Amino acid sequence: MAEKVIYVMYDDEEVLKDGAKSLVSKGIKIAEVFSPFPIHGIDPIIGIKNTRLGIMAFLYGLTGLMLATVGMRFFMVTDWPMNIGGKPNFSYLENMLAFVPVTFEFTVLCAAHGMAITYLLANKTLPGMPAQNPDPRTTDDRFVMEIRISDNLNLS
Amino acid sequence: MQKEAAIREPLILGHKSYHDVTEDVCRPIEDKAPRMWYILFGIALIIALYGIGCIVYLLGTGIGVWGLNKTIGWAWDITNFVWWVGIGHAGTLISAVLLLFRQKWRMAINRSAEAMTIFAVFMAGLFPLIHMGRLWVGYWVLPLPNQFGSLWVNFNSPLLWDVFAISTYLSVSLVFWYIGLIPDFATIRDRAKKPVSKKMYSILSFGWSGRAKHWNRFETVSLVLAGLATPLVFSVHSIVSFDFATSIVPGWHTTIFPPYFVAGAVFSGFAMVQTLLLVMRKAMGLEAYIHTKHIEYMNIVIMVTGSIVGTAYITELFISWYSGVEYEAYAFLNRATGPYWWAYWSMMTCNVISPQLMWIRKLRRSLLFTFFISIVVNIGMWFERYVIIVTSIHRDYLPSAWSMHYPSHIDIGVYIGTIGIFFVFFLLFARYFPVLALNEIKTILKGSGQSYKEAPDYHKHH
Repeated sequence: MAEKVIYVMYDDEEVLKDGAKSLVSKGIKIAEVFSPFPIHGIDPIIGIKNTRLGIMAFLYGLTGLMLATVGMRFFMVTDWPMNIGGKPNFSYLENMLAFVPVTFEFTVLCAAHGMAITYLLANKTLPGMPAQNPDPRTTDDRFVMEIRISDNLNLS
Repeated sequence: MQKEAAIREPLILGHKSYHDVTEDVCRPIEDKAPRMWYILFGIALIIALYGIGCIVYLLGTGIGVWGLNKTIGWAWDITNFVWWVGIGHAGTLISAVLLLFRQKWRMAINRSAEAMTIFAVFMAGLFPLIHMGRLWVGYWVLPLPNQFGSLWVNFNSPLLWDVFAISTYLSVSLVFWYIGLIPDFATIRDRAKKPVSKKMYSILSFGWSGRAKHWNRFETVSLVLAGLATPLVFSVHSIVSFDFATSIVPGWHTTIFPPYFVAGAVFSGFAMVQTLLLVMRKAMGLEAYIHTKHIEYMNIVIMVTGSIVGTAYITELFISWYSGVEYEAYAFLNRATGPYWWAYWSMMTCNVISPQLMWIRKLRRSLLFTFFISIVVNIGMWFERYVIIVTSIHRDYLPSAWSMHYPSHIDIGVYIGTIGIFFVFFLLFARYFPVLALNEIKTILKGSGQSYKEAPDYHKHH
C-alpha cells in the first residue's frame, strides 16, 4: 500500500518558512520541501544537514594532482627522457616549473568533473529520469511541504 | 530574504511576480519563432556552410591554401584562435568571479554569456585543429600509449599546456553551465504541452525535483565550481600568452603578456556580450531584466579592462626602448611606423581611446553608443592579435627573410565562417534554451525587484 502523505502548498517562501517553524516546534516532522528556487534558511528548520560535496571536490582534486604528477614524471623522466632546450630531463623536481600549468589544469579538471558526476548521482538526476516533483507548479511559483503520516504516528 | 540599500537601482523593473518571471522567460521558447529569427538563422547558416566548405577544401588540399609563407608561418589562424578564446572569457568571468563577489546583476546575463563562452571556445578550438592540416591525427596531442616508442607528448611545451588549458576550460564551463540549466529545463518541462517538447525537456532536465536537499547541493556545487573556474579563467589566457611569451621573437618575448592578455580577453568578451545582449533583450522582450543599469555595469568593466590594456600597450612600448635591445626597439618602431602601421593605429584607436569615453555617464548609459563601441572593441581586439602575431614575425633578425602576409580567400572564408557557425549556435540557444537563469532571478526578486523595493515596508525589520 502506498504511503499516506500530506502536501501543503504555499505561494510565498517566507510564509512556508514561518509555517514550517511552527509545525516543527509542535513536534511534527517535515519530510521534504519542494521549491522553484533555493529557500535560504529552510535547511536548519526542517533538519537538513549541509552537503559534503565540497569535501568530495577536494578529494577529486587531490586525485587529479597526484595523477598528473605521477603521469608526467613517468612520461618525461622515467620512460623516455628527451633533451628539450637543455632542460633537466633526469629529475622531476628540477624541471617541475614547466609542469605547473598542466598539473593545475588537470587538478581542476578532475575536481570539477568528479564533483559534477557525484552531484548528479547523489540527486538521482540523470538523462531521461522521470520528474520527481509532486506538482508541476513547484518549478514555477509554488512551494510544497511534504509531511508523511508514518513519520508522525506518535501524534494524535 | 536579503535587503539592499534603497539608493541602489532595482535590478528587475516593473511589478513582477514569480509566475511573471517564468512567463517572460518561457514565452519565446513556447511561442512560434518570429520571422526575424528565421531570417537571421538563414543568413548565419549560409555563412557557416560557406566556412565549412572552405575548411573542407583546406583539409583536402593542405594549409598551403592559406596566405602563409616561410617567414610568416602563423597569421590569421592563430589570430582568430586568440580572438575567439578572448571572447570566451567573459562568460565564466561573469558567472564565476562575479558569483564569488556576490554581484547580483550577473544573474540577468550569466546564462547567455556562458553560452557565448562555450560557442566561442568551440570556434577557437577549431583553428589549432585545422592548422594541423591532418585533422585525423589530432589525437596525437594527447599522451596516449602508441607504437612510436612510446613517444610521449612534450610537457615542457606551452602549445601542449594550451591543449590542456583549452580543453579543461571548455569542459568545465560546459558542466558549470549545464548544472545551472537543469532546474530551468525542469520549469519548461513542467509547462510543456506538446508531447515532443515535453519529452525533450524531460530528458534535458534529468528529472530535477527541486527538493530542499537538492537545492542545498546545487548551491554548494555552484560555489565550488565558481571557486575552481575563477583561477581557471585567469590561467587559460595566461597559458595562451605563453605560446608567444616563451619564444625569443622580438615583440613576443615579454613578461607582461599573461596579465595583459587576460585583461584584453575580459575586455573583448564583455564587448561581445554587449553586442549580443543589446539585440537579444529587445528581440525577446527582456528589457525588464537586462536594463540600462546592467549595460552600465558592463561598460564599467569594459572601461577598467580597456585601461589596463592601454597601460600594457604603453608599458610595452616604453620597455622596448628602455631595455636597450635593438631588436626589441625595432620591432615596436616597425609596428607603429612600418608597413603594418594601419593595423597598429586601428588597434590603438579602438582599444585605448574608445573605452575612455565610458567615463562619461551619459555615454555609458546610452544603448546605441554602447552597441557601437562594442563592435569597435571587437574589431580592435582582432587587430591587437594581428599586430602582435603578424607584425612581430614579418620582420625579425634576418632582413633577407623579411616578408609580408596577404590573406587568401580561404583565410577570410574560414574566419567569416566561424562567425557564421557561432551565430547558428547562439540563435539555436536563444530559441530553445532559457536565456535567463530563472531560478536565480527568482531569488533576487524580493531583494532587488522594483515593486518590492518601492513597497512601504521594505526597510522595516521582520
